[in-house]
Amino acid sequence: MDGDQLHDIIAGHQGRKGALLPMLHAIQHEFGCIDAKAEAEVAKALNLSRAEVHGVVSFYHDFTPAPDPRPMIELCRAEACKARGVEAIAPAAEAAAGERVNLKTVYCLGLCATGPNARVGDTLHSRLDEAALLSLVQSA
Amino acid sequence: MTIVFISDDAQALACGADAVAAAFEKAGCTVERVSSWGMFWLEPLVEIGGLGYGPVRVEDVEGILTRHAELVSASTPHPSSSATIEAWTLERQSPTVKQVQGDDLCVGSLEHHPFIARQQRHSFARAGKTRPLSLVDYTATGGWTGLDRARSMAPADVVAEVTASGLRGRGGAGFPAGIKWKTVLEAKGTTKYIVCNADEGDSATFADRMMMEGDPFHLLEGMAIAAHAVGAGEGYVYVRSEYPHAIAKLNAAIALAAEKLAPFRVEVRVGAGAYVCGEETSLLNSIEGKRAEVRAKPPLPALEGLFGCPTVVNNVLTLAAIPHIMAEGGASRYAELGMGRSKGTMPIQLAGNIKHGGLFETAFGITLNELIHDIGGGTASGRPVKAVQVGGPLGAYIHPDQFDLPFDYEAYSVADALIGHGGITVFDDSADMGAMARFAFEFCAAESCGKCTPCRIGSTRGVELIDRILGSGKTAPDSVEALPQMHNARKAGRSRDEEFQLLEDLCETMQFGSLCALGGFTPYPVRSALKHWPEDFGQAGSAQ
Ligand SMILES: Cc1cc2nc3c(=O)[nH]c(=O)nc-3n(C[C@H](O)[C@H](O)[C@H](O)COP(=O)(O)O)c2cc1C
Ligand code: SF4
Ligand code: FES
Repeated sequence: MDGDQLHDIIAGHQGRKGALLPMLHAIQHEFGCIDAKAEAEVAKALNLSRAEVHGVVSFYHDFTPAPDPRPMIELCRAEACKARGVEAIAPAAEAAAGERVNLKTVYCLGLCATGPNARVGDTLHSRLDEAALLSLVQSA
Repeated sequence: MTIVFISDDAQALACGADAVAAAFEKAGCTVERVSSWGMFWLEPLVEIGGLGYGPVRVEDVEGILTRHAELVSASTPHPSSSATIEAWTLERQSPTVKQVQGDDLCVGSLEHHPFIARQQRHSFARAGKTRPLSLVDYTATGGWTGLDRARSMAPADVVAEVTASGLRGRGGAGFPAGIKWKTVLEAKGTTKYIVCNADEGDSATFADRMMMEGDPFHLLEGMAIAAHAVGAGEGYVYVRSEYPHAIAKLNAAIALAAEKLAPFRVEVRVGAGAYVCGEETSLLNSIEGKRAEVRAKPPLPALEGLFGCPTVVNNVLTLAAIPHIMAEGGASRYAELGMGRSKGTMPIQLAGNIKHGGLFETAFGITLNELIHDIGGGTASGRPVKAVQVGGPLGAYIHPDQFDLPFDYEAYSVADALIGHGGITVFDDSADMGAMARFAFEFCAAESCGKCTPCRIGSTRGVELIDRILGSGKTAPDSVEALPQMHNARKAGRSRDEEFQLLEDLCETMQFGSLCALGGFTPYPVRSALKHWPEDFGQAGSAQ
């Protein structure tokens, strides 16, 4: 993690009300994780204990303590996508993903009338069948 | 030149709208990106000269343009080619459905499509018709009239009109909006906040997302009215991180409308993937930068909310109902709709295994039969409907025998069910309700904030218990009970009857011992699944 860049991010948010969450988002976005060093720097800047910052970081699904270099596909497995058959196509995708692709379960992408749905970065994919999901995994 | 309207709603994008738009542009058309009509089974939906085509693939584009050219030469008056709102309205009224019979992509005039014509669209009046970030479109379609009128009134009078409209919170609890606002208005303190709850985590819900992406100024207008009514200077919209398109639209809209909204200031805050942050006090903690644990009430957020100040927390749909209510005579028109104490309209979201899935805004009182069969067209798979879940992951599973239940907060609560945020998930007969009951616990375990024991631990015990019940044969003792230090725990396995009794005890403990509805309502989907479909739990006959 580049210290100067980290300081710039922290400084950019420091004056805001409720600065912690936007700060953590920016760090996660830039470095792909929020590690112990980042937690310590954030704590210092906001006059919090590291434990307090760690408590927040570990609370949320979006923040991770270590970077995961693998490509990520977020697959919705909530009720409406289950009703449209996501559980039937997930095993093949999991097998294809193996250790190479991070096939992450999420609950609802707000596209619940046309599932199964997945998200890769900010790109959304709807009406997935097994072949379409497999090709997402293979091209990830 | 042909003008083509295609939505840039995330749902349309997910179905491939960008590629279709590019193909129309390549063919020499002008493409205007508008909000979505909310007819999601037709996305990407394309509108040309008042006629809708969908779902359109790139390879359909050429054929559509050829057929459209034939229509245009046959019809008088000529569909206009100017990009003004008035022209669109005219174009919508041009060709009739008769002219386009035999074209299986063409669905006729969208304005007159049965799915749209049956609705009472107030909050979503602009859906499909305007460009989301166009202030010109917004103003031309009645935008800001509610705010202008409210600002010419005393705050207490605005609150009185909202109270008179009968509007109740659309986030789930159905608390009267006017009473909440009155509490904040009368609360002491110079700093007050408006917080818009856009965490929309329930499966089967997307109305908040559609509002933020399709008509962001409308939501901001509602927030500005609330700010005037209670004396707040600042507002936050807390949007879940799963909605990147909504976040971008809102940020752009806030910048464009800053002058109109002033002195009120709005900022977007982005969630971080925690369902529980939709609970209002958890949400406030999240904005403040704390662990998003649920707070005990009292104190009410209306008195001690964000940063300890009096705060209105309202759902997107609650705030989006406000501009319409604050228009001249709006409150009484609103109060005339609906039934009992459920006034006005509800944007209902039809999702899951349903043929015509999408957004259906209508007055309260409509039945599930109408919604699922008449409007939704039954299941997408064509198989019989087995169950529907209303109200998201904490809502009960409803059996087709109960489909005459009217959409009304009180009627649902009498039936041990929940309207929640108005999402309806349809399941066909291939659904395994035992697996869905297990998922209810699994979801609760994944999303529990951890503050109270029944929810934090009970949810995990629930998953184990259902696994034992669904596994065949006699069940082994629980792994925790088997530990040597658990002196008083039983060491032998339970009979099936005892397992079901334990499940009932667990549900009761969670329902009455949890601090918030995440732990407290998880028993609803579990119990309703067991009650109506005992055979999916390996129970012969009825467990009622
Ligand atoms: C676990 C849980 C999740 C919730 N999620 C949401 C949500 O996503 N959106 C929402 O508006 N309200 C949600 N609520 C309800 C809010 O706590 C609160 O009642 C609502 O924001 C108040 O606004 P309203 O009166 O306009 O409905 C949730 C409640 C609980 C217990
Ligand atoms: S019920 Fe669950 S989510 Fe709600 S306060 Fe208790 S632990 Fe937190
Ligand atoms: S349930 Fe999968 S997108 Fe909503």
